[in-house]
Amino acid sequence: MTVESTAPRKTRGGKRAGSRKPAGEPQLVQLLTPEGERVEHPDYAIDVTPEELRGLYRDMVLTRRFDGEATTLQRQGELGLWASLLGQEAAQIGSGRASRADDYVFPTYREHGVAWCRGVDPVNLLGMFRGVNNGGWDPNENNFHLYTIVIGSQALHATGYAMGVAKDGADSAVIAYFGDGASSQGDVAEAFTFSAVYNAPVVFFCQNNQWAISEPTEKQTRVPLYQRAQGYGFPGVRVDGNDVLACLAVTRAALDRARSGQGPMLIEAFTYRMGAHTTSDDPTRYRRDEERELWEAKDPILRLRRLLEREGHADEAFFAELEAESDALAKRVRDTVRTMPDPDRMAIFDNIYADGHALVDEEREQFAAYQASFADEESR
Amino acid sequence: MAIEKLSISKAINASLRTALETDPKVLIMGEDVGKLGGVFRVTDGLQKDFGEDRVIDTPLAESGIVGTAIGLALRGYRPVVEIQFDGFVFPAYDQIVTQLAKMHARALGKVKLPVVIRIPYGGAIGAVEHHSESPEALFAHVAGLKVVSPSNAADAYWMLQQAIQSDDPVIYFEPKRRYHDRAEVDTEAIPGPLHAARVVRQGTDLTLAAYGPMVKTCLEAAAAAEEEGKSLEVLDLRSISPIDFDSIQASVQRTRRLVVVHEAPVFFGSGGEIAARITERCFYHLEAPVLRVGGYHAPYPPSRLEDEYLPGLDRVLDAVDRALAY
Repeated sequence: MTVESTAPRKTRGGKRAGSRKPAGEPQLVQLLTPEGERVEHPDYAIDVTPEELRGLYRDMVLTRRFDGEATTLQRQGELGLWASLLGQEAAQIGSGRASRADDYVFPTYREHGVAWCRGVDPVNLLGMFRGVNNGGWDPNENNFHLYTIVIGSQALHATGYAMGVAKDGADSAVIAYFGDGASSQGDVAEAFTFSAVYNAPVVFFCQNNQWAISEPTEKQTRVPLYQRAQGYGFPGVRVDGNDVLACLAVTRAALDRARSGQGPMLIEAFTYRMGAHTTSDDPTRYRRDEERELWEAKDPILRLRRLLEREGHADEAFFAELEAESDALAKRVRDTVRTMPDPDRMAIFDNIYADGHALVDEEREQFAAYQASFADEESR
Repeated sequence: MAIEKLSISKAINASLRTALETDPKVLIMGEDVGKLGGVFRVTDGLQKDFGEDRVIDTPLAESGIVGTAIGLALRGYRPVVEIQFDGFVFPAYDQIVTQLAKMHARALGKVKLPVVIRIPYGGAIGAVEHHSESPEALFAHVAGLKVVSPSNAADAYWMLQQAIQSDDPVIYFEPKRRYHDRAEVDTEAIPGPLHAARVVRQGTDLTLAAYGPMVKTCLEAAAAAEEEGKSLEVLDLRSISPIDFDSIQASVQRTRRLVVVHEAPVFFGSGGEIAARITERCFYHLEAPVLRVGGYHAPYPPSRLEDEYLPGLDRVLDAVDRALAY
């Protein structure tokens, strides 16, 4: 928040607003503190077994390892670009594990953790970053739409899809991912309007990672983002985006709410982009190291590890096996990407139209003839 | 009755009705398309008969209309959306160009986007700014979109049927100044493929190629030229992406001269593309350069000046004279 009064704000009851936050800072839903302690929340209870806790931990560790491997592959020239999710594992795994198989997910280009939860092979995510395709997976296979690069566009696709779900009378919901920067886009505002008007079963999951490349959230909004929902007539809630349990509980509740015909909801997952915007970015030009250090103390994986260890839910063997599994995943990703073939040059003309197009046919033939002319020369 | 005399707007209405009746996945979406029946009454009565769930009055947000139509198409629906006026399509341009046009290819063919976008377009109705534009070239330039424009009621009916049945996104430009032109429509006989041009008047001296509202203007020009002893062939292109170059070529090889007419500005317009390709295909047949008649490189003028700006009979005949003088 940039707007702060000099005097502490008082509520009617005379108490300071917010029991554990400075004046003006909104409360966020938290079920697991950075120290790894379970805390209760009056609206969002969650009951998780030790096995589920270990599963969430495994998801986050493997996602972080995959993400780090992709960054390395970019540095080695194997990928043209990579958009790291470092720091946002809890927001993505928590919300991703909240969705059911028959729900539908509309991601940005950074939802590697959500993709993992949906069952998309991580290797498939790398095709567009290597430059061998512009998508690379069948969206209907895992109900996980293609990565969307133009900021905020997918919020409308999710809303339209949800309108269709409602028309079908289906018992499923849709979740749209976007970030703090996208909250300024007209398409996101229009998605809020349409979803509210048609009471569409869609959950808007905004990962506020504090930075839209170089611009802090203060350049996007004068109010906490979750409060935007109120103006459209549906609830908004801020959740600790580095708390996998809170993200799971709140998203699960929001999806259930949507499925039961109560319409859209906005979740603002308050988190932090620990890395650069992408491998092409240099955050040292616009933000201080101290800020990163503050968020490092709130690390989503570390706090769950503390809980697992304190409660005795995981032993050394578990962590060792997970380390080995991470290494194996990284190796598989590395080996597969390095041998990922370039597409056939004729693929330029593939799938532009479902029903064909005379000009595409003509240009495909011309291109093939042009290429064939070199073969003729060589054989002479 | 299979054959009825209908105006273009009534033919579109009948076509939408047929689509709603035959395919439960077809939806109509747009601003004021429901209770009002659209500002041109093209969707008149459809909401009453098919309900608010299928004929949807949307919020006033064009990007939202097209963006949600994409989502509905991904869910298996076939949305037919209306953009109220040509000049209002640009808030949706990003969704159309960046998302709708590319999604089938991005998904390696795994998803289809059967979305039809109906846009009343063109001038000569005395309207205020942004209600008289012809932006078809801006869409034809984009791979992944198909662009068509009927010139008469029978095509209006059938080309819309074919556009709705297509698994590709189709931009369907409606010649709004011709909405009330009536013609016989046979709802049981398909007049031909969606993207094929048609010779609507045969001639020997020169080919006039046009689409949408300018077909009638060209037919009038050909009738006037006949009185001066000139025989003009008129080709209704019908489709702007793809363009039926084979039919233009066949005509030009007979007449040896080509004039392309559209309301849209000439600069970077569809006429330029046709001129270039026909010059390549018919270089040794041409007796004159391909000439273009269209709007100027100027914002669409205030309506008191639109008769000066729009191609009319005299400007078409002037181009004909210039081509014949070579």
